[in-house]
Amino acid sequence: MTILSNLISGISLGSIYAIIALGYTMVYGIAKMLNFAHGDVIMVGGYLCFCTTAYLGWSPLPAVLLAIVGCTVLGIVVERLAYKPLRSAPSLAVLITAIGVSYFLQNAALLLWGSDPKVFPTFFSFSGKSGVALFGGQLNITYVAMITVTVCLIIMLALTMFTGHTKMGKAMRAVSEDKGAAQLMGIDVNFTISMTFAIGSGLAAIAGVLLCSTYPTLMPTTGSMPGIKAFTAAVFGGIGSIPGALLGGLLLGVIEIFARAYVSTQLSDAIVFTVLILVLLVKPSGLLGRLIREKV
Amino acid sequence: MKLKHIALSTRSNFITYGMVIVAYAVMEALLSGGLLTSSLKGMLVPICAYVVMAVSLNLTVGIMGELSLGHAGFMSVGAFATVIAAAALGSTVAGPVRLAASMAVGGAAAGLVSLIVVVPVLRLQGDYLAIVTLAFGEIIKNIINCVYVGLDGAGIHFGMKDAAALGLAADGKMLLQGPMGAVGIPKLSSLTAGFILMMLTLAVVLNFVHSRSGRAVMALRDNRIAAESVGISPTRYKMMAFVTSAVLAGLAGGLYAMNFSSILAKKFDFNTSILVLVFVVLGGMGNIRGSIIAAAALTVLPELLRQFADYRMLVYAIVLILVMLFTNNPACKALFARFKFGSSTRKEAV
Amino acid sequence: MFSKLVPIPSGAMIPDRDADKSPILECINLGVTFGGLKAVENFNLTIGRTEIAGLIGPNGAGKTTVFNLLTKVYQPTKGTILLDGKDTHGMNTIQVNRAGVARTFQNIRLFTNLSVEDNVKVGMNNAMRYNMWSGIFRLPGFWKEERVAHERAMELLSIFDMQDMASARAGSLPYGAQRRLEIVRALATNPGLLLLDEPAAGMNPSETAELMENIRKIRDTFQIAVLLIEHDMKLVMNICEGICVLNFGQVIAKGSPEDIQSNPTVIEAYLGKKKEA
Repeated sequence: MTILSNLISGISLGSIYAIIALGYTMVYGIAKMLNFAHGDVIMVGGYLCFCTTAYLGWSPLPAVLLAIVGCTVLGIVVERLAYKPLRSAPSLAVLITAIGVSYFLQNAALLLWGSDPKVFPTFFSFSGKSGVALFGGQLNITYVAMITVTVCLIIMLALTMFTGHTKMGKAMRAVSEDKGAAQLMGIDVNFTISMTFAIGSGLAAIAGVLLCSTYPTLMPTTGSMPGIKAFTAAVFGGIGSIPGALLGGLLLGVIEIFARAYVSTQLSDAIVFTVLILVLLVKPSGLLGRLIREKV
Repeated sequence: MKLKHIALSTRSNFITYGMVIVAYAVMEALLSGGLLTSSLKGMLVPICAYVVMAVSLNLTVGIMGELSLGHAGFMSVGAFATVIAAAALGSTVAGPVRLAASMAVGGAAAGLVSLIVVVPVLRLQGDYLAIVTLAFGEIIKNIINCVYVGLDGAGIHFGMKDAAALGLAADGKMLLQGPMGAVGIPKLSSLTAGFILMMLTLAVVLNFVHSRSGRAVMALRDNRIAAESVGISPTRYKMMAFVTSAVLAGLAGGLYAMNFSSILAKKFDFNTSILVLVFVVLGGMGNIRGSIIAAAALTVLPELLRQFADYRMLVYAIVLILVMLFTNNPACKALFARFKFGSSTRKEAV
Repeated sequence: MFSKLVPIPSGAMIPDRDADKSPILECINLGVTFGGLKAVENFNLTIGRTEIAGLIGPNGAGKTTVFNLLTKVYQPTKGTILLDGKDTHGMNTIQVNRAGVARTFQNIRLFTNLSVEDNVKVGMNNAMRYNMWSGIFRLPGFWKEERVAHERAMELLSIFDMQDMASARAGSLPYGAQRRLEIVRALATNPGLLLLDEPAAGMNPSETAELMENIRKIRDTFQIAVLLIEHDMKLVMNICEGICVLNFGQVIAKGSPEDIQSNPTVIEAYLGKKKEA
């Protein structure tokens, strides 16, 4: 029974990683950059939600919507100010700028909200219970976990349909294949890239709310480690691939929880990363990634 | 003709060495004259350590051309190995010798670990390689956080559970206590030691780059397929560069650790790796002199921003973003090209 | 293993001066298949020790693929390559270079951030012996070998009159100079067989004429064999002693320039079938 319980926790955590990884993978596919500030957008989403509920007394749904809108706007603004001017610069330059944005967000949060951990309000408790008890109390599934997994699946399906069947989605795929050619076909590249960042950041906000609901402490550095792990998950699943982000995220979450439960809590991170390295040794382009051969 | 071609790069190297020598002389004078604030005094050795970190990372990122996001991991291994070695040597050995020997152990330990890391590094490319280095950095941090090391009459004891499980004799001393890090470190580092390490690092890296091994590594960076077609083995030369870079990082870690009475594995995390990467990118990829200047300047910068009090790190972040935007703006690039800063200048062919 | 037991085939391919010497290259039924597609099939070719040979054919015929097979960028799925009598089966690109094959590339592959001279010196890397420590500690071996390397690099660059550009950044050279530098770099590896992939691409007639002279000069000075892929028929017919024509991965004709020029299959491959009256 504990195996099942851990599996559910793993899938739940993995879903959160998957949603974050989606943001990384979409931005990488289109702008060929690793947006290291992504993890901190999650943190901002969490804080926005916290502020509206704790200080303004809003109810959960509007708070979450505000967080999503706020993060989306943040994503677009950051892209326009910091990344767009560097479109033609080497990718390492954009990486460093992203790091600068990450530092900025973390320190801004530190100034605005202080370094003391905030307790995130409980959103997902219905009729006083935090979850469902099955098998006579042996298996507890929290509502948070159920909602997290459901949200993740909905997002994945929605995104797959979006990129596969809508005009905007096709534009995104075109731009990620060949920016110049897409432009020649009349696609507004700037708008498409901004849209990608917007979607990614919006997803980050959702991930932030779900993350803070599962692990209720909120600090300026909350987004950092999940960001790194989700980035790892995105590469693990094959960077640039949406199903890869899902697979990578879920596997990472499950491995982390199982390592924590069955091997060692302190060494769980080391184990997760070791598995990643081993997988990459066997499949150098990630689980679902494509190895691009150089033409001689 | 022959003399002239050697002189061009040698001249550039002399400027780099000279710069470090002058900086050292000035700092040493200020230090002995008691003219430095205590915060600046405390930064001298860390600056030396970060300079060595930046130069060694430039060997991997700029010269070899591979993004490494886990360089702090090697610094960490070096730091803790040095601490253990220093304790094992005991105070019977004279200060400077003890420091040098311990640091050598630290460097060697980092080199050994790099032999494990290099295996996937050689098989992967680009972002996947970067991820693996990041992973190793986290793994090293995590493992050191769980290690317990103690020293007593019988020797050095290692364990992963807790202090008691080590079975130390009554007069034994705990060196490394898992998440609480290393304590009781003899503060043997000095500015002079830092200076010597910096000069050694410069000599190793500059001489490596201007030798056939350096050329081979740079050829692999510029065009791997062409390099293989002229008989350059990627495995051999990448390993050379990577392990050298790791050993230097280990030495830097040793110097850094012996500057404090206690250190935590947490200090050598992803953030530190990124910090050093920023030094390298800002200084210019492959530009050794640039790395030195960037490392020194950016380490001191938060101190200079003290007047901004709480807004210090925010300003640092904004400055970083602005500098990146500025240096990559096509208009500014054209302006800089006319002054030809930094890297060894080459005549553009007519 | 295979030693020199393969008889020298018809004199059509090998010039008289090499008649008593063993060929530098023998391809026997060489072929490669990529997932069902036979990119090259039944490729047979023999090149004399100091022969200048040409490999021609329409675009997509498989010429560069043959080069890639010879240099083991692709491993052959069928057939044998004998280099100076030695079977190169199982070798990789690096080993083949050490065995004496050097090449240039269709799309220039220079070490763009290195200087012109350094590009050439990289080619000499395997001839140099001093190790990493000698380099770091600047032992006498380093100074001696670097001086020799510098002199030899300048010597090689002087073939194409490029000594003055020695310290220029390779990426800043004009197109023609970059192509010539690739040839110099290949020569620096001291090959027995030089593979040139479209060396005259993008050159005007006078440059092409100069290139012809230089290829002859290289062959005469270094006594090596040259196999070149070219579309410029004037160059090919003028300097090649033997020509092999490829189409759809198969050899459709082999012989001297005169033979090839009048070969109906070759004409058809390039110009298409003659329309029925």
